[in-house]
Amino acid sequence: MTVALPSTPVTADPAVLAGERPGRGFWRRLPPKAKVGTILLGVFVLAAIIGPQVMPYDPSFQNPAPNLSMHAPYGAHLLGTTQSGQDVLSQLLVGIRLTMELAFLVGVVATALSVIVGVSSAYLGGVWDELLSLLSNVFLVIPALPLLIILLGYLPQKGQLATILVLSVLGWPWGARVIRAQTLAIRNRDFVAAARETGERTWRILAFEIVPNEISLIAANFVNTVLYAISASVALAFIGLANLNAWSLGTMLYWAQSQQALELGAWWWFVPPGLAVALMGTALVLLNTGIDELGNPRLRDASHANRIAGRRLQPTDPTPVLQAIPPRRSALTRFLHSFSRSSLLDERGGSR
Amino acid sequence: MPFILRRLAFYVVAAWVALTVNFFIPRLMPGNAVQDIMSKFHNLQPSAYRALQAMLGVGHPGSIWHQYGSYLADVVHFNFGTDVTEYPAKVSTLLGQTIPWTLALVGTATVIAFFLGTLFGIVSGWRHGGWLDRTLPGLMFLQAVPYFFLALILIEVLAIHTHAFPIGQGYGQGLIPGWHWDFISSAIYHSLLPAFTIVITSVAGWMLQMRNVMITTIGEDYVLAAQAKGLGTRRVMFTYAARNALLPQLQGFGLALGFVVSGAIVMEIVFSYPGIGLLLLNAVSSNDYPLMQAIFLVITFAVLLANLIVDFVIVAADPRARLREAAR
Repeated sequence: MTVALPSTPVTADPAVLAGERPGRGFWRRLPPKAKVGTILLGVFVLAAIIGPQVMPYDPSFQNPAPNLSMHAPYGAHLLGTTQSGQDVLSQLLVGIRLTMELAFLVGVVATALSVIVGVSSAYLGGVWDELLSLLSNVFLVIPALPLLIILLGYLPQKGQLATILVLSVLGWPWGARVIRAQTLAIRNRDFVAAARETGERTWRILAFEIVPNEISLIAANFVNTVLYAISASVALAFIGLANLNAWSLGTMLYWAQSQQALELGAWWWFVPPGLAVALMGTALVLLNTGIDELGNPRLRDASHANRIAGRRLQPTDPTPVLQAIPPRRSALTRFLHSFSRSSLLDERGGSR
Repeated sequence: MPFILRRLAFYVVAAWVALTVNFFIPRLMPGNAVQDIMSKFHNLQPSAYRALQAMLGVGHPGSIWHQYGSYLADVVHFNFGTDVTEYPAKVSTLLGQTIPWTLALVGTATVIAFFLGTLFGIVSGWRHGGWLDRTLPGLMFLQAVPYFFLALILIEVLAIHTHAFPIGQGYGQGLIPGWHWDFISSAIYHSLLPAFTIVITSVAGWMLQMRNVMITTIGEDYVLAAQAKGLGTRRVMFTYAARNALLPQLQGFGLALGFVVSGAIVMEIVFSYPGIGLLLLNAVSSNDYPLMQAIFLVITFAVLLANLIVDFVIVAADPRARLREAAR
């Protein structure tokens, strides 16, 4: 798979060639899914930034007035109140902030880890590559959530920082795998060879030649990791593994569930946080699909595709890529590789 | 060595990593589980410290390697220690009571979702831009909804308001579990809504993946050749395109299984379904560490086993894989 944003130097985008500034008209060329995703995500980012400033009440303030216990939405409390008279809207605004903050930080840390592991694994090659791949494959098959649960369960304080650390530590293998594959594909390209011939140091080649050419893949991976962080942190908070005194979308759902908002019919209590999680997730999925379509025009809507001979046949991949040269493997490397599932699916190589 | 045996060796390594991580977490984490419980329940006498230590399996005698050895031996014999909350009960007994429920519900629903999603993916990839393809953004929304939240909504609408389904639990009240029709029908009736939740939240993921691979496969020359020969649409669609697109899909199935199962387990909590999810919630809320660790191991082993089955299916379904296998 080749993914290339129009602004990356390797693409021969007609708009760039015509002298149009990259970035100009970028928004117009964006697939509609990505546009909707960006706008939707923008709304949540805005809510996270200004939310705590504009919230009408202190989210933890328990209004003692008896008629304000689980009051349905009305003028003064736009999203109603909880059992103890707290304002749901204020909790929601603070909750979006906290959840976004957590997911963003996990995204940054875990993506950085995946880039480091993926790139160095592919570039070092040989036994190191196989060992790092083995490690990420092992952590891919071990289900993350139960492991997160025991890790957080044993931590004495389950604050924001602990959750971020634990989620980041377990969030890198998928990205590392994808980035490794892409690095393998481009490390034999001419521009990398040219850099090597001019005597660039390895770290410079990695940091300034290889990583910039994977930027759209890294972006897609970041979006995915943020999505993972949101759903995992909300699930963890929902079963009570979080600082339950801080308002995040997950802890809101935890309190709504544990105080039986559902049985008491207080939909305004559990629907807003859940819907916020769902919409944030949708925005990220749309954004990711959009990034995918930007790189692979075949996936775009049929209106963009050519119609040939009755059925819709797609044009061949616009950016043909030379088959990556299968790496020569030593006996030990070959042995290690033969244990991976991909050894059976490789067209060439494998353990023959 | 045949491929399957190699994969088996890989899963053994993965299982060993899981076991080792599980062994070292309680010993390396800052803080102290025993202290944690002592500070939570103020009426505990200081003399309870040693008892708690023994119960949680911390503060073992002997060197760490000795402990590690006896821990591995315990796991091999399915001895996960004694439960804290329901004290005299063994953890393995509690697991034995809940696993069948989760396996029946989550297993069946996941397989149904995978087949449905793959089928929809084939059709929507083939009719790229068709009506099924255009439902994708809506399905993506469903995919992004946390399982347990959708469960809350479905209960609100279908159980509380319309009474079409029971609110929760695994079977009707007053029934004695056993192999008689009353119980089985009640259990199936109670599992419909949870299963439906799993299917509609995970179907979009499988569908999107299959569709994308399908679209790429349709561009291949052999599909064009098959069409040019005048083969029937269905034949080209399923035998030529879909069969080749299925392989990445199966691989993805193995890898995504952990996520799906974890999500489904959290969802069980909402339904008060008597499966492993509810057990996990109880373990977390009562600091029941042995139970938490045992549940982690059980879920991990289940996912590893499912992955091994996926490997069998790949070898059986793909002639290229079989050929390469024979060439070894």
